[in-house]
Amino acid sequence: MGKTPGKTLLDKPAVAPKPPEFNFSQRADSKQPQLPVRNMALKQHSILPGFGLTMGFTLFYLSLIVLIPLAGLLLKSATISWDQFYAAVTDPQVVASYKITFGASLVAASVNAVFGLAVAWVLVRYSFPGKNVIDAMVDLPFAMPTAVSGIALTALYAPNGWIGRWLDPLGIEVAYTQLGIMVALTFIGLPFVVRTLQPALEDLDVEIEEAAASLGATRLQTFVRVIFPAIMPALLTGFALAFARALGEYGSVVFISGNLPMKTQIVPLLIMTKLEQYNYAEAAAIAVVALGASFAVLLFINIMQWWSRRYAAA
Amino acid sequence: MVGTATIKRTENVRCRAAAATTESRWVRWLLIGVSLTFLGLFLAMPLAAVFAQAFSRGWAMYVRSLGDSDALSAIRLTLLVALIAVPVNTVFGVAAAWAIAKFQFFGKSVLITLIDLPYSVSPVISGLVLVLLFGRQGWLGPWLEARGIHVVFAVSGIVLATLFVTFPFVARELIPLMQAQGTEEEEAARLLGASGWQTFRRVTLPNIKWGLLYGVILCNARAMGEFGAVSVVSGHIRGETNTMPLHVEVLYNEYNTTAAFAVASLLALLALVTLVLKSVLQWKTGEQLAPEEQGYTGD
Repeated sequence: MGKTPGKTLLDKPAVAPKPPEFNFSQRADSKQPQLPVRNMALKQHSILPGFGLTMGFTLFYLSLIVLIPLAGLLLKSATISWDQFYAAVTDPQVVASYKITFGASLVAASVNAVFGLAVAWVLVRYSFPGKNVIDAMVDLPFAMPTAVSGIALTALYAPNGWIGRWLDPLGIEVAYTQLGIMVALTFIGLPFVVRTLQPALEDLDVEIEEAAASLGATRLQTFVRVIFPAIMPALLTGFALAFARALGEYGSVVFISGNLPMKTQIVPLLIMTKLEQYNYAEAAAIAVVALGASFAVLLFINIMQWWSRRYAAA
Repeated sequence: MVGTATIKRTENVRCRAAAATTESRWVRWLLIGVSLTFLGLFLAMPLAAVFAQAFSRGWAMYVRSLGDSDALSAIRLTLLVALIAVPVNTVFGVAAAWAIAKFQFFGKSVLITLIDLPYSVSPVISGLVLVLLFGRQGWLGPWLEARGIHVVFAVSGIVLATLFVTFPFVARELIPLMQAQGTEEEEAARLLGASGWQTFRRVTLPNIKWGLLYGVILCNARAMGEFGAVSVVSGHIRGETNTMPLHVEVLYNEYNTTAAFAVASLLALLALVTLVLKSVLQWKTGEQLAPEEQGYTGD
């Protein structure tokens, strides 16, 4: 879309993208009445170039890398009949892996909701030596490759590991049990709750707390009745994000879980096992169900964010 | 005199207000203690364990593990994959952010949601879709293989998987930043006679450079560290299709723990460098960069 700037100004009686104070296009527009049709256009006019090029490339690359492969997954799972599909996704071993994945993700997200709230609160409200370093370290599970986290956690919680050797005499086994899956999923979900809660806590108006205090509320009452409702949407969003991430997690779990069918086999591991048996259709069917679950959680998160924005606006 | 009295009174009020809006000392220390214990258990100990295990049999063994030819080829492959995936996704991210942030069009929020898709797809499923498409029983696999192009169990498959999982990183960082900056500066540049490319290079790029760098750093960390998706398509051929995370897995499963942790320690170092750069950039730009988990929210 190579146009000279002068020509663009004369040729295009454009509707400005949003009405700024500095609106040169209105001058060109003012002679002729604005056509209502223009608001129905797919794209509003702009004097900036490159829309066709960048949009074209975006759509092409998006289709090539993301959309076509994902469509291929749906098509593959459609190559088997509905009965076969149903049999594949309701096989006892598969159902057991759903339960393990869901249960462990739920426990991990809950642990993170409780301790993440404490961490976010401490990082926002208090000051203590080393706070900035600790704040930066919260992102470690994002930055650390999952395979590294996986073998590190396994080494820690194995019966002779730094933590495992204290739990072993108590009869608590972590590595190669469901507890180990929960530990790994807690690790990878930790930043989500903290990082969603931090801005929400920072945005809290201290005056409301002062008002609560001056009306005779104790600190605990202020927290339960004033602060907690205000940060509730952020807490739920963080919880759901940690949960969504845990549902699909593979690398950090594969080493610590032990991969025992019906006991410690999570859904991604089961898909991997099916792939290794060249059972592509069943792998695709299970993947479609898992993908559906992730999208449902994503939808929930979007609704939650809409709610929290409305809450902030009210 | 009046002035000092007022200052004193405000200070008093502030002290009392602070007392009413903070917790008692022991609650504060209890919360700090609980938080630090939790973080120590879940963050510091795994990180320390990586380095402790890597050096458990001494420096010489560490160096020998990293100098192994399979380890070296894994390092080379990881660098190669990142060198392809990061620039390609950066170009895409800038293009997508330009189209989305600088123009008003129908279906914008749908497009943003589609760009976010790879965040919510399990890594294993990301790899699976490539196998279904390019594998021997896949739609394109036989056609490509007849022409001597191998994707599954080959380097090109690893690159494709990495492109998929790191797809949204740069775009997600730039879209909110460029939306917040608006279009007025670019419009002014165009009116003053700058070409489209000049406008981008002289006006837009300086405005977004830190956000862009931030996105590139996060994209690179994921590209080098990706495990699940790459694991599905790689086939684990030693010295050929093993990236560093895959080599860690192979060594670990062979009970070659020290060597596995030696390679892992390089990846942990990469994570630490990423965190440092991230903090520096956040500090430099005064927190205007969006925290990356927003990418997961489809916001």
